[in-house]
Amino acid sequence: MHRFLLTILAAGCLIPITASAHKTWLLPSQTVFSGNDPWLTVDAAVSNDLFYFNHFPLGLEGLQITAPDGNSVEPENAAQLKYRSVFDVPLTQRGTYRIARVSNGVFAGYELNGERKRWRGKPESMATEIPKEATNLRVTESVSRIETFVSNGPLTTENLQPTGNGIELVPITHPNDLFEGEQATFRLVVNAEPSKGLEVTILRGGTRYRNAQDEIHVTTDANGEFQITWPKPGMYWIETSIQDSHTSVDQANSRRLGYTATLEVLPQ
Amino acid sequence: MPSIRCTAILFLLASLPSYADESGGKFAVSIEIPRLNVSEYHRPYVAVWIQDENKQAVANLAVWYQMKRSSEGGGTKWLPDLRQWWRRSGRSLDMPVDGVSGATRPAGKHSIELALDEKRLTNLSPGKYSVMIEASREVGGRELLELPFDWPATTGQSAQSTGKEELGVAALKIQPSK
Repeated sequence: MHRFLLTILAAGCLIPITASAHKTWLLPSQTVFSGNDPWLTVDAAVSNDLFYFNHFPLGLEGLQITAPDGNSVEPENAAQLKYRSVFDVPLTQRGTYRIARVSNGVFAGYELNGERKRWRGKPESMATEIPKEATNLRVTESVSRIETFVSNGPLTTENLQPTGNGIELVPITHPNDLFEGEQATFRLVVNAEPSKGLEVTILRGGTRYRNAQDEIHVTTDANGEFQITWPKPGMYWIETSIQDSHTSVDQANSRRLGYTATLEVLPQ
Repeated sequence: MPSIRCTAILFLLASLPSYADESGGKFAVSIEIPRLNVSEYHRPYVAVWIQDENKQAVANLAVWYQMKRSSEGGGTKWLPDLRQWWRRSGRSLDMPVDGVSGATRPAGKHSIELALDEKRLTNLSPGKYSVMIEASREVGGRELLELPFDWPATTGQSAQSTGKEELGVAALKIQPSK
Protein backbone atom coordinates (compact mmCIF):
# COMPACT_ATOMS: atom_id res chain seq x y z
CA MET A 1 0.00 0.00 0.00
CA HIS A 2 2.77 2.39 0.92
CA ARG A 3 4.72 1.44 -2.13
CA PHE A 4 1.67 2.04 -4.32
CA LEU A 5 1.14 5.49 -2.83
CA LEU A 6 4.78 6.37 -3.27
CA THR A 7 4.67 5.37 -6.91
CA ILE A 8 1.68 7.60 -7.51
CA LEU A 9 3.31 10.48 -5.67
CA ALA A 10 6.56 10.05 -7.58
CA ALA A 11 4.75 9.89 -10.91
CA GLY A 12 2.72 12.94 -10.00
CA CYS A 13 5.87 14.87 -9.17
CA LEU A 14 7.87 13.80 -12.18
CA ILE A 15 5.48 14.18 -15.06
CA PRO A 16 5.15 17.96 -15.09
CA ILE A 17 8.90 18.42 -14.70
CA THR A 18 9.92 16.13 -17.52
CA ALA A 19 7.13 17.41 -19.73
CA SER A 20 8.37 20.98 -19.47
CA ALA A 21 12.08 20.22 -19.52
CA HIS A 22 12.70 18.97 -23.03
CA LYS A 23 15.54 20.89 -24.55
CA THR A 24 16.27 21.15 -28.24
CA TRP A 25 19.81 21.78 -29.38
CA LEU A 26 22.51 21.66 -31.99
CA LEU A 27 25.88 20.71 -30.54
CA PRO A 28 28.92 21.68 -32.64
CA SER A 29 32.03 19.51 -32.32
CA GLN A 30 33.96 22.74 -31.72
CA THR A 31 33.39 26.41 -32.48
CA VAL A 32 36.90 27.63 -33.30
CA PHE A 33 38.59 26.25 -36.40
CA SER A 34 41.82 26.57 -38.36
CA GLY A 35 43.73 24.64 -41.00
CA ASN A 36 43.47 23.86 -44.70
CA ASP A 37 40.46 21.60 -44.62
CA PRO A 38 38.47 22.04 -41.40
CA TRP A 39 35.26 20.06 -40.92
CA LEU A 40 32.56 20.77 -38.41
CA THR A 41 30.39 17.92 -37.22
CA VAL A 42 27.11 18.61 -35.41
CA ASP A 43 24.82 16.56 -33.20
CA ALA A 44 21.16 17.55 -33.05
CA ALA A 45 18.86 16.25 -30.35
CA VAL A 46 15.96 16.79 -27.99
CA SER A 47 16.81 15.80 -24.43
CA ASN A 48 16.20 16.47 -20.76
CA ASP A 49 19.86 16.91 -19.91
CA LEU A 50 22.52 18.99 -21.62
CA PHE A 51 24.11 17.77 -23.81
CA TYR A 52 23.19 14.08 -23.77
CA PHE A 53 21.51 12.05 -26.45
CA ASN A 54 18.89 10.40 -24.30
CA HIS A 55 15.49 11.24 -25.71
CA PHE A 56 14.76 12.03 -29.39
CA PRO A 57 16.76 12.98 -32.46
CA LEU A 58 16.07 16.52 -33.70
CA GLY A 59 14.65 16.40 -37.22
CA LEU A 60 16.92 18.06 -39.77
CA GLU A 61 14.21 19.47 -42.03
CA GLY A 62 14.53 23.24 -42.08
CA LEU A 63 18.30 23.19 -41.64
CA GLN A 64 19.79 26.51 -42.81
CA ILE A 65 23.58 26.69 -42.93
CA THR A 66 24.86 30.12 -43.94
CA ALA A 67 28.49 30.54 -45.00
CA PRO A 68 30.47 33.71 -44.14
CA ASP A 69 29.69 35.12 -47.62
CA GLY A 70 25.95 34.69 -47.04
CA ASN A 71 25.47 31.72 -49.36
CA SER A 72 23.74 28.65 -48.04
CA VAL A 73 25.62 25.39 -47.64
CA GLU A 74 24.24 21.87 -47.83
CA PRO A 75 25.10 19.56 -44.92
CA GLU A 76 27.05 16.37 -45.64
CA ASN A 77 26.60 12.89 -44.17
CA ALA A 78 23.27 13.91 -42.62
CA ALA A 79 21.53 11.08 -40.80
CA GLN A 80 18.84 10.63 -38.21
CA LEU A 81 19.84 8.06 -35.64
CA LYS A 82 17.90 6.64 -32.72
CA TYR A 83 18.68 9.41 -30.22
CA ARG A 84 20.38 12.06 -32.29
CA SER A 85 20.71 13.45 -35.77
CA VAL A 86 24.15 14.20 -37.18
CA PHE A 87 25.60 16.15 -40.07
CA ASP A 88 28.95 17.47 -41.22
CA VAL A 89 29.86 20.86 -42.70
CA PRO A 90 33.17 21.34 -44.54
CA LEU A 91 34.25 24.89 -43.69
CA THR A 92 35.63 25.98 -47.06
CA GLN A 93 35.45 29.71 -46.31
CA ARG A 94 37.23 31.75 -43.66
CA GLY A 95 34.89 33.53 -41.28
CA THR A 96 31.79 32.74 -39.25
CA TYR A 97 29.15 30.17 -40.19
CA ARG A 98 25.59 30.32 -38.87
CA ILE A 99 23.98 26.92 -38.46
CA ALA A 100 20.26 26.97 -37.76
CA ARG A 101 17.30 24.66 -37.77
CA VAL A 102 14.28 26.82 -38.45
CA SER A 103 10.73 25.56 -38.31
CA ASN A 104 7.56 27.37 -39.31
CA GLY A 105 4.42 25.45 -38.60
CA VAL A 106 1.01 25.42 -37.02
CA PHE A 107 -0.60 23.29 -34.41
CA ALA A 108 -4.32 23.00 -34.02
CA GLY A 109 -6.83 21.61 -31.60
CA TYR A 110 -10.40 20.85 -32.62
CA GLU A 111 -13.40 18.66 -31.88
CA LEU A 112 -14.88 16.11 -34.21
CA ASN A 113 -17.99 14.07 -33.27
CA GLY A 114 -17.51 15.10 -29.66
CA GLU A 115 -13.85 13.97 -29.61
CA ARG A 116 -10.89 16.25 -29.00
CA LYS A 117 -8.20 16.09 -31.71
CA ARG A 118 -4.75 17.59 -32.14
CA TRP A 119 -2.93 18.31 -35.36
CA ARG A 120 0.54 19.60 -36.32
CA GLY A 121 1.85 20.53 -39.70
CA LYS A 122 2.47 23.17 -42.34
CA PRO A 123 -0.09 25.99 -42.71
CA GLU A 124 -0.82 25.02 -46.32
CA SER A 125 -1.80 21.46 -45.32
CA MET A 126 -4.41 22.60 -42.84
CA ALA A 127 -7.23 22.91 -45.38
CA THR A 128 -6.88 19.31 -46.55
CA GLU A 129 -5.88 17.60 -43.33
CA ILE A 130 -8.31 19.12 -40.86
CA PRO A 131 -11.85 17.91 -41.57
CA LYS A 132 -14.40 20.54 -42.65
CA GLU A 133 -16.78 19.35 -39.91
CA ALA A 134 -14.30 20.16 -37.14
CA THR A 135 -15.63 22.45 -34.44
CA ASN A 136 -13.96 24.61 -31.81
CA LEU A 137 -10.90 24.91 -34.02
CA ARG A 138 -8.01 26.71 -32.36
CA VAL A 139 -4.90 27.28 -34.42
CA THR A 140 -1.53 28.41 -33.11
CA GLU A 141 1.30 29.43 -35.39
CA SER A 142 4.75 28.31 -34.31
CA VAL A 143 8.11 29.70 -35.35
CA SER A 144 11.23 28.27 -33.78
CA ARG A 145 14.94 28.68 -34.37
CA ILE A 146 17.62 26.41 -32.94
CA GLU A 147 21.11 27.51 -33.82
CA THR A 148 24.82 27.66 -33.21
CA PHE A 149 27.82 29.51 -34.63
CA VAL A 150 31.33 28.44 -35.59
CA SER A 151 34.28 30.37 -36.99
CA ASN A 152 37.11 29.28 -39.24
CA GLY A 153 39.87 31.85 -38.67
CA PRO A 154 38.64 35.45 -38.40
CA LEU A 155 35.34 36.31 -36.71
CA THR A 156 32.89 37.85 -39.17
CA THR A 157 29.34 39.14 -38.74
CA GLU A 158 27.96 39.80 -42.24
CA ASN A 159 25.70 36.72 -42.15
CA LEU A 160 24.58 37.19 -38.53
CA GLN A 161 22.01 39.86 -39.33
CA PRO A 162 18.37 38.99 -38.57
CA THR A 163 16.30 37.34 -41.30
CA GLY A 164 13.12 38.89 -39.84
CA ASN A 165 11.41 35.61 -39.02
CA GLY A 166 10.64 34.92 -35.35
CA ILE A 167 13.07 35.38 -32.45
CA GLU A 168 16.71 35.85 -33.42
CA LEU A 169 19.89 36.63 -31.54
CA VAL A 170 21.93 39.56 -32.81
CA PRO A 171 25.46 39.40 -31.46
CA ILE A 172 27.00 42.51 -29.97
CA THR A 173 29.73 40.36 -28.47
CA HIS A 174 30.71 37.87 -31.17
CA PRO A 175 29.30 34.39 -30.33
CA ASN A 176 32.73 32.82 -30.98
CA ASP A 177 34.59 35.24 -28.71
CA LEU A 178 33.20 34.20 -25.33
CA PHE A 179 35.52 33.70 -22.37
CA GLU A 180 35.14 32.71 -18.73
CA GLY A 181 34.74 35.71 -16.41
CA GLU A 182 33.99 38.15 -19.22
CA GLN A 183 30.69 39.85 -19.92
CA ALA A 184 28.94 39.28 -23.22
CA THR A 185 26.08 41.33 -24.67
CA PHE A 186 23.46 40.04 -27.11
CA ARG A 187 20.30 41.55 -28.55
CA LEU A 188 17.14 39.54 -29.09
CA VAL A 189 14.84 40.63 -31.88
CA VAL A 190 11.34 39.50 -32.82
CA ASN A 191 10.75 39.83 -36.56
CA ALA A 192 13.95 41.93 -36.64
CA GLU A 193 12.66 44.42 -34.00
CA PRO A 194 14.42 44.61 -30.60
CA SER A 195 12.19 42.94 -28.03
CA LYS A 196 11.98 44.16 -24.43
CA GLY A 197 11.11 41.87 -21.53
CA LEU A 198 12.08 38.54 -23.07
CA GLU A 199 12.98 36.09 -20.32
CA VAL A 200 16.14 34.23 -21.18
CA THR A 201 17.36 31.03 -19.55
CA ILE A 202 21.08 30.30 -19.72
CA LEU A 203 22.32 26.87 -18.75
CA ARG A 204 25.78 25.30 -18.89
CA GLY A 205 26.11 21.78 -20.25
CA GLY A 206 27.26 18.84 -18.17
CA THR A 207 24.13 18.85 -16.00
CA ARG A 208 24.60 15.12 -15.43
CA TYR A 209 27.71 15.84 -13.36
CA ARG A 210 26.21 18.30 -10.91
CA ASN A 211 23.25 18.24 -8.56
CA ALA A 212 21.69 21.54 -9.52
CA GLN A 213 20.67 22.97 -12.88
CA ASP A 214 22.38 26.30 -12.01
CA GLU A 215 20.15 28.17 -14.44
CA ILE A 216 20.84 31.83 -15.02
CA HIS A 217 17.82 34.02 -15.76
CA VAL A 218 18.08 37.39 -17.46
CA THR A 219 15.55 39.70 -19.09
CA THR A 220 16.06 41.85 -22.17
CA ASP A 221 16.08 45.63 -21.70
CA ALA A 222 14.45 48.35 -23.83
CA ASN A 223 17.00 47.70 -26.59
CA GLY A 224 16.26 43.99 -26.53
CA GLU A 225 19.67 43.45 -24.97
CA PHE A 226 20.86 41.22 -22.18
CA GLN A 227 24.23 40.69 -20.54
CA ILE A 228 25.79 37.58 -19.15
CA THR A 229 29.11 37.16 -17.35
CA TRP A 230 30.20 33.60 -18.01
CA PRO A 231 30.85 31.89 -14.67
CA LYS A 232 32.72 28.89 -16.10
CA PRO A 233 33.96 27.62 -19.43
CA GLY A 234 31.79 25.12 -21.27
CA MET A 235 29.05 24.68 -23.82
CA TYR A 236 26.05 26.84 -22.87
CA TRP A 237 22.42 26.56 -23.91
CA ILE A 238 20.36 29.72 -24.25
CA GLU A 239 16.60 29.64 -24.50
CA THR A 240 13.72 32.06 -24.73
CA SER A 241 10.14 31.89 -25.94
CA ILE A 242 7.06 34.07 -26.09
CA GLN A 243 3.49 33.91 -27.20
CA ASP A 244 1.78 36.78 -29.03
CA SER A 245 -1.04 37.45 -31.48
CA HIS A 246 0.93 38.74 -34.47
CA THR A 247 0.18 35.77 -36.65
CA SER A 248 0.99 35.44 -40.32
CA VAL A 249 -1.40 32.51 -40.78
CA ASP A 250 -5.03 33.62 -41.32
CA GLN A 251 -6.74 30.97 -39.18
CA ALA A 252 -4.27 31.31 -36.30
CA ASN A 253 -5.28 33.40 -33.31
CA SER A 254 -1.97 33.13 -31.48
CA ARG A 255 1.67 32.64 -32.26
CA ARG A 256 4.40 30.87 -30.29
CA LEU A 257 7.98 31.87 -30.90
CA GLY A 258 10.95 29.95 -29.60
CA TYR A 259 14.70 30.39 -29.77
CA THR A 260 17.61 28.30 -28.55
CA ALA A 261 21.31 28.62 -29.20
CA THR A 262 24.40 26.68 -28.20
CA LEU A 263 27.43 28.85 -27.42
CA GLU A 264 30.92 27.83 -26.40
CA VAL A 265 32.70 29.68 -23.60
CA LEU A 266 36.45 29.15 -23.42
CA PRO A 267 38.73 29.30 -20.39
CA GLN A 268 41.12 32.25 -20.09
CA MET B 1 80.16 14.47 -21.33
CA PRO B 2 79.71 16.32 -24.63
CA SER B 3 76.81 18.24 -23.16
CA ILE B 4 78.96 19.41 -20.25
CA ARG B 5 81.61 20.59 -22.68
CA CYS B 6 78.98 22.44 -24.71
CA THR B 7 77.64 24.09 -21.59
CA ALA B 8 81.14 25.17 -20.66
CA ILE B 9 81.72 26.68 -24.09
CA LEU B 10 78.36 28.44 -23.97
CA PHE B 11 79.22 29.77 -20.55
CA LEU B 12 82.53 31.12 -21.85
CA LEU B 13 80.82 32.72 -24.83
CA ALA B 14 78.21 34.30 -22.60
CA SER B 15 80.88 35.76 -20.34
CA LEU B 16 82.75 37.40 -23.21
CA PRO B 17 81.96 41.06 -23.71
CA SER B 18 79.23 41.37 -26.30
CA TYR B 19 80.16 43.62 -29.18
CA ALA B 20 76.53 43.73 -30.36
CA ASP B 21 75.73 46.00 -27.43
CA GLU B 22 77.96 48.70 -28.77
CA SER B 23 76.33 48.94 -32.18
CA GLY B 24 72.74 48.91 -30.96
CA GLY B 25 70.42 47.78 -28.21
CA LYS B 26 68.93 44.35 -27.81
CA PHE B 27 65.55 42.95 -26.84
CA ALA B 28 66.05 39.34 -25.82
CA VAL B 29 63.46 36.79 -24.75
CA SER B 30 64.64 33.42 -23.51
CA ILE B 31 62.26 30.52 -23.19
CA GLU B 32 62.84 27.17 -21.59
CA ILE B 33 60.87 24.18 -22.81
CA PRO B 34 61.15 21.60 -20.04
CA ARG B 35 61.94 17.97 -20.67
CA LEU B 36 58.86 16.02 -19.63
CA ASN B 37 58.70 12.39 -18.70
CA VAL B 38 55.34 11.48 -20.21
CA SER B 39 54.24 8.40 -22.13
CA GLU B 40 53.30 10.33 -25.26
CA TYR B 41 55.45 13.39 -25.85
CA HIS B 42 54.83 15.93 -28.58
CA ARG B 43 56.78 19.14 -28.85
CA PRO B 44 54.63 22.05 -27.69
CA TYR B 45 53.22 24.73 -29.92
CA VAL B 46 54.57 28.06 -28.65
CA ALA B 47 53.48 31.61 -29.43
CA VAL B 48 55.34 34.72 -28.28
CA TRP B 49 53.82 38.16 -28.75
CA ILE B 50 53.76 41.64 -27.28
CA GLN B 51 50.51 42.91 -25.88
CA ASP B 52 49.53 46.35 -24.65
CA GLU B 53 47.67 47.24 -21.46
CA ASN B 54 44.34 46.46 -23.12
CA LYS B 55 45.54 42.95 -23.95
CA GLN B 56 45.69 43.80 -27.63
CA ALA B 57 48.45 42.03 -29.54
CA VAL B 58 50.71 44.68 -31.01
CA ALA B 59 53.57 42.51 -32.32
CA ASN B 60 54.14 38.83 -32.99
CA LEU B 61 57.60 37.59 -32.07
CA ALA B 62 57.31 33.85 -32.73
CA VAL B 63 54.89 31.03 -33.46
CA TRP B 64 56.45 27.59 -33.36
CA TYR B 65 54.18 24.88 -34.73
CA GLN B 66 54.16 21.70 -36.77
CA MET B 67 54.94 23.12 -40.21
CA LYS B 68 55.26 19.84 -42.13
CA ARG B 69 52.77 19.62 -44.98
CA SER B 70 49.77 17.45 -44.26
CA SER B 71 46.15 17.16 -45.30
CA GLU B 72 45.26 19.26 -42.28
CA GLY B 73 47.46 22.10 -43.40
CA GLY B 74 50.79 21.45 -41.78
CA GLY B 75 49.56 21.61 -38.22
CA THR B 76 47.62 24.86 -38.52
CA LYS B 77 44.55 22.87 -37.45
CA TRP B 78 45.80 22.95 -33.86
CA LEU B 79 46.87 26.61 -33.68
CA PRO B 80 43.63 27.62 -31.85
CA ASP B 81 44.91 25.51 -28.93
CA LEU B 82 47.15 28.51 -28.26
CA ARG B 83 43.94 30.03 -26.99
CA GLN B 84 44.98 33.55 -26.01
CA TRP B 85 47.30 34.04 -28.97
CA TRP B 86 44.62 32.75 -31.31
CA ARG B 87 42.15 35.23 -29.87
CA ARG B 88 44.49 38.21 -29.83
CA SER B 89 46.21 37.64 -33.15
CA GLY B 90 46.28 34.17 -34.70
CA ARG B 91 42.76 33.91 -36.05
CA SER B 92 43.20 36.97 -38.23
CA LEU B 93 46.56 35.86 -39.70
CA ASP B 94 47.39 33.82 -42.77
CA MET B 95 49.99 31.31 -41.66
CA PRO B 96 52.93 31.05 -42.08
CA VAL B 97 54.05 34.59 -41.27
CA ASP B 98 57.53 35.65 -42.42
CA GLY B 99 59.96 36.21 -39.58
CA VAL B 100 57.46 34.88 -37.04
CA SER B 101 56.52 31.28 -37.90
CA GLY B 102 58.91 28.46 -37.24
CA ALA B 103 59.03 24.74 -36.61
CA THR B 104 58.35 23.34 -33.15
CA ARG B 105 61.38 23.32 -30.84
CA PRO B 106 62.74 20.49 -28.72
CA ALA B 107 63.08 20.65 -24.96
CA GLY B 108 65.82 23.08 -23.96
CA LYS B 109 66.53 26.80 -23.90
CA HIS B 110 65.59 28.96 -26.85
CA SER B 111 66.00 32.63 -27.45
CA ILE B 112 64.45 35.30 -29.60
CA GLU B 113 66.45 38.47 -30.14
CA LEU B 114 65.36 41.70 -31.71
CA ALA B 115 67.42 44.81 -32.35
CA LEU B 116 65.94 47.78 -30.51
CA ASP B 117 65.62 49.64 -33.78
CA GLU B 118 63.49 46.89 -35.31
CA LYS B 119 60.12 48.06 -36.62
CA ARG B 120 58.07 45.77 -34.39
CA LEU B 121 59.53 47.67 -31.42
CA THR B 122 59.91 51.17 -32.82
CA ASN B 123 56.23 51.03 -33.88
CA LEU B 124 55.19 50.83 -30.22
CA SER B 125 53.87 54.04 -28.72
CA PRO B 126 55.20 54.86 -25.24
CA GLY B 127 53.52 52.82 -22.52
CA LYS B 128 53.37 49.59 -20.55
CA TYR B 129 53.56 46.30 -22.42
CA SER B 130 54.11 42.60 -21.81
CA VAL B 131 55.81 39.84 -23.69
CA MET B 132 53.34 36.93 -23.60
CA ILE B 133 54.53 33.36 -23.97
CA GLU B 134 51.91 30.67 -24.49
CA ALA B 135 52.64 26.96 -24.87
CA SER B 136 50.21 24.17 -25.67
CA ARG B 137 51.15 20.55 -26.10
CA GLU B 138 49.21 17.81 -27.89
CA VAL B 139 47.72 15.46 -25.25
CA GLY B 140 49.39 17.72 -22.70
CA GLY B 141 48.66 21.01 -21.00
CA ARG B 142 48.70 24.70 -21.75
CA GLU B 143 50.49 27.51 -19.99
CA LEU B 144 50.75 31.27 -20.36
CA LEU B 145 53.52 33.48 -18.96
CA GLU B 146 53.74 37.27 -18.90
CA LEU B 147 56.89 39.41 -18.84
CA PRO B 148 56.06 43.11 -18.33
CA PHE B 149 58.19 45.98 -19.65
CA ASP B 150 58.02 49.72 -20.30
CA TRP B 151 58.54 51.29 -23.70
CA PRO B 152 60.60 53.09 -24.76
CA ALA B 153 63.41 51.34 -22.92
CA THR B 154 65.78 54.09 -21.88
CA THR B 155 67.45 52.00 -19.19
CA GLY B 156 68.08 48.29 -18.95
CA GLN B 157 65.08 46.17 -17.94
CA SER B 158 64.59 42.57 -17.09
CA ALA B 159 61.67 40.35 -16.13
CA GLN B 160 61.38 36.69 -15.33
CA SER B 161 58.60 34.17 -14.86
CA THR B 162 58.61 30.43 -14.35
CA GLY B 163 56.02 28.02 -15.59
CA LYS B 164 54.72 25.02 -13.68
CA GLU B 165 54.42 22.36 -16.38
CA GLU B 166 54.68 23.30 -20.02
CA LEU B 167 57.18 26.14 -19.68
CA GLY B 168 60.32 26.50 -17.61
CA VAL B 169 62.05 29.81 -16.93
CA ALA B 170 61.14 32.61 -19.30
CA ALA B 171 63.08 35.85 -19.18
CA LEU B 172 63.11 39.20 -20.90
CA LYS B 173 66.22 41.35 -21.05
CA ILE B 174 66.24 44.76 -22.66
CA GLN B 175 69.62 46.43 -23.09
CA PRO B 176 69.41 49.89 -24.58
CA SER B 177 72.15 51.01 -26.95
CA LYS B 178 75.09 52.81 -25.44
